Amino acid sequence: MPACSVAHYSEVVNRQRASLNPSLIHEMKALLGAANVLEKPEDLLLYEFDGSVEKARPDLVVFPRTTEHVSRIVKLAAKFEVPVVGRGAGTGLSGGALARGGGVMIVFARMKKIIEIDVENRRAVVQPGVVNLDITRAVEDAGLYFAPDPSSAKSCTIGGNVAENAGGPHTLAYGVTTNHVAALELVLPDGEIVRVGSKHGDAPGYDLCGLFVGSEGTLALVTEITVKLSRKPEAVKTLLAVFETIEDASQAVVEITARGITPAACEMLDGWTLRVVEAYIHAGFPRDSGAVLLLEVEGMQEAVEAQAGAIEEVCGSCRAREVRLAKDEHERDLLWKGRKNAFGALGRLAPSNYVLDGVIPRSKLPQALQRIQEIGKKYGFSIGNIFHAGDGNLHPIVLYDPRDTKQFEKAIAASAEIIRACVEMGGALTGEHGVGMEKNELMALLFSDADFALMRRVHDAFNPDSSLNPGKIFPLSKGCGEIRIRKKEPAGVKA
Amino acid sequence: MTVTANLAARLAEVIGPQRVVAAAEELAAYSVDGLAPSAIVRPASAEEVAEVVRFAVAEKLALLPLGSRSKCEMGTSPARYDIAVDMTGLREVAHYDAGDLTLSVDAGMPLRELQIYLQRKAQFLPLAVPCFESTTAGGAIASGIDSALRLQYGSARDFLIGAEFVDGTGQICKSGGRVVKNVTGYDLHKLLIGSLGTLGVITRLNFRTFPLPATSGGHVANFASGQGALSYWSTVEKAGLPLANLEVLSPKAVEMIRAILQQTGVESPGGLGREEWYVYSSFEGNEAVVRRISGDLERIARGKGALRSELLERAADESLGGMLRESFEWLRWGSPANVIYRLVVPEVTAEILDELSQLAESVSLRAALLVRAAGVVYFAVFAKSEDDAAIARLAKTVAGVRSIAHARKGHATLLHAPLAIKANATAMAPGELDMTLQQRVKQAFDPSGVFVPGRVVGGL
Repeated sequence: MPACSVAHYSEVVNRQRASLNPSLIHEMKALLGAANVLEKPEDLLLYEFDGSVEKARPDLVVFPRTTEHVSRIVKLAAKFEVPVVGRGAGTGLSGGALARGGGVMIVFARMKKIIEIDVENRRAVVQPGVVNLDITRAVEDAGLYFAPDPSSAKSCTIGGNVAENAGGPHTLAYGVTTNHVAALELVLPDGEIVRVGSKHGDAPGYDLCGLFVGSEGTLALVTEITVKLSRKPEAVKTLLAVFETIEDASQAVVEITARGITPAACEMLDGWTLRVVEAYIHAGFPRDSGAVLLLEVEGMQEAVEAQAGAIEEVCGSCRAREVRLAKDEHERDLLWKGRKNAFGALGRLAPSNYVLDGVIPRSKLPQALQRIQEIGKKYGFSIGNIFHAGDGNLHPIVLYDPRDTKQFEKAIAASAEIIRACVEMGGALTGEHGVGMEKNELMALLFSDADFALMRRVHDAFNPDSSLNPGKIFPLSKGCGEIRIRKKEPAGVKA
Repeated sequence: MTVTANLAARLAEVIGPQRVVAAAEELAAYSVDGLAPSAIVRPASAEEVAEVVRFAVAEKLALLPLGSRSKCEMGTSPARYDIAVDMTGLREVAHYDAGDLTLSVDAGMPLRELQIYLQRKAQFLPLAVPCFESTTAGGAIASGIDSALRLQYGSARDFLIGAEFVDGTGQICKSGGRVVKNVTGYDLHKLLIGSLGTLGVITRLNFRTFPLPATSGGHVANFASGQGALSYWSTVEKAGLPLANLEVLSPKAVEMIRAILQQTGVESPGGLGREEWYVYSSFEGNEAVVRRISGDLERIARGKGALRSELLERAADESLGGMLRESFEWLRWGSPANVIYRLVVPEVTAEILDELSQLAESVSLRAALLVRAAGVVYFAVFAKSEDDAAIARLAKTVAGVRSIAHARKGHATLLHAPLAIKANATAMAPGELDMTLQQRVKQAFDPSGVFVPGRVVGGL
């Protein structure tokens, strides 16, 4: 492969930034009104973080209300040659919504209209700032819901879900965001407004909708989403299987998968985390257990009965101490509260926690968990595990103190080693959090120069100057894996 | 002739003489829409495919990957076609983790062989596509054709989890992986679905596999009108019954199925053969589930005024289910000359079915309609001969179908047509499709245009 002949992105990232051209700020205010433009350092501070351990401050934050606004913002940024990054609620865990190269951050919080609900054909057309759970709330009276359910569903936005191809516990049976998006309206880096996909499926030509979902804001900004709605199942059963050891619990997951039982969700909490969670949430996890599986089966009454029975049997054969069926909605909600708020509970133990995201073949689950413990020991961390066991999507959690630089560096190193181990087992770098600026340097573990060359051509086909969300997905380290960056000195930045 | 001989000799230098064919009769068998290649290569590895692609790039030749060639008439006619890349030599299972329900298989692996392979572990791949007996995994994906099981299992984009392919620069690339949940990098493999060989040569595909159902059932309800059939479907849909497939068949479609089954000595499933509309449902699960769905369908059918409602015996269900998987196949051989459209519309209404039927009547031709519950309408128009007058009458339906689809913000694709009609098939390109975006993708995958041009809607 020829060497990349363009400037190295990290040089731009590391360069000390100065204030933006005042004309850009002025024109943004004229377009959106002063209330929809943030420029003061204390206002920008909030936007230098997301849910990840990364940090990068934008130079300007703007709040569009229409697609036309987005298009004009992008054109203005292009005129002043500053990068643009989109952001929903900022709950992402890979730094996808951080302004790595500074520039203009477009926050979609005020584009939160549900434009259309088509109950008959089970579709909804929404703006990107609509909160994930609000889609379900808007359609549940009609017996429908939006299936992807990230743990942050109460606050994350559908635009962010589309950018990252978000998952969640129930994606085991129903698929991730990409399986539930029919069409998109997008704004390209030159401000052009385009549409891809088809409201009712099977758009002619190449599956561009499939390409844009999960492209982490590096190809276009999503301004309208047509989502598919699912019909609420007739019956749901939630089970809690309690094990003495994590080995038994993971063997149960292997068996459940191998027997072709597909629960709607199959989540694991190891003993260490469930004790922390229990002390805080009182979800009903037995504190003296080695691990629990939170399982949900959904569908027709007859199918649910049989599946629950089969799961009970498998768990029994894997030495489960107890398999408890949630007796009512209250108990079910409580169990799920324990799962979904677990990361918050961990905040009681350490100033910060680092939630990793790796994937392994489900048949390798016991080995993977063992390997994680070994890596934890090596680096001197207790690593907890709360994760989507049913689809092999690991979420090891490293507790650390971000003020302790050495400890932080060790956390990052432990994370990289865990991700490497996932790849060695035939897995992948990320199951649902995205690559962002967290794992871009690890991409070469999976992809060859030829893979990067093609991905880069696809990137450049839509985002030729890397003006949109620069510094994400592609490794910045020297070599052909790096993504091309703006060739010119950004004029919007004063020397 | 010298060009052909020369090309074959030069290709032989690239991947060895035993992998190159240039005999005239063989070349004819690799024709696409009447256009024959100048040479056929039969690579045995992804590396050999890459070498052939690099050769073609250097020589500015156009190449087309093919599997069993059962569906290569799909898509628009190629503008140029020099080298056929026969992928049937790549047919190994590269990786199968039954415990993880994941599979990695070479593009040339026939689906039938794969089915037998997966059956050992009581699993299967829900790609129930036409020409199932011969079609390859790569061909099924590249054609993008519907699976009859899509209502329950989704389409290929829902269970294709990764791919390896040779791009237009002759490099072996991959995207996705071998795990069921993965957001690492761009989902480039989704673009290969329905790309008809215009973006890359698929060499390997990674799938999520599924457990074979414990048992299954089938049911047929018949109605006096299309409206009655659609109303029944709508009620079944709202009842939330998890069906594997549901298809609404017009009287002509039913008559064709009956005739074929009779020829093959198979007894027609209950009630088939009357001049009525049929709704076929298939469903899977444990015995209690199948019993419950059977009962609910019978009850709904009665409630919706079905003329007849019948649960199918296993053998009858299998033969009818098999016929519906193969509907593209028997529709296209249903008369000396015919046109098959695939329409996707927001909502399938009796009005649309009437308009399509009237369109066929307006040119005095018979037509069959099959509505697959995932929202796809197959509309076939049959001429009794292939003379100019018959072709002219068939051709008249093109604009009509397009306007019926467009009036409802849907679109129509021409799946099969006589060449004379297909030549004008670009007329089927929907206005709302943003061709510049499509072209950007094509350009990124195939910067020098080595893959045969003109196969995908809009001339890609």
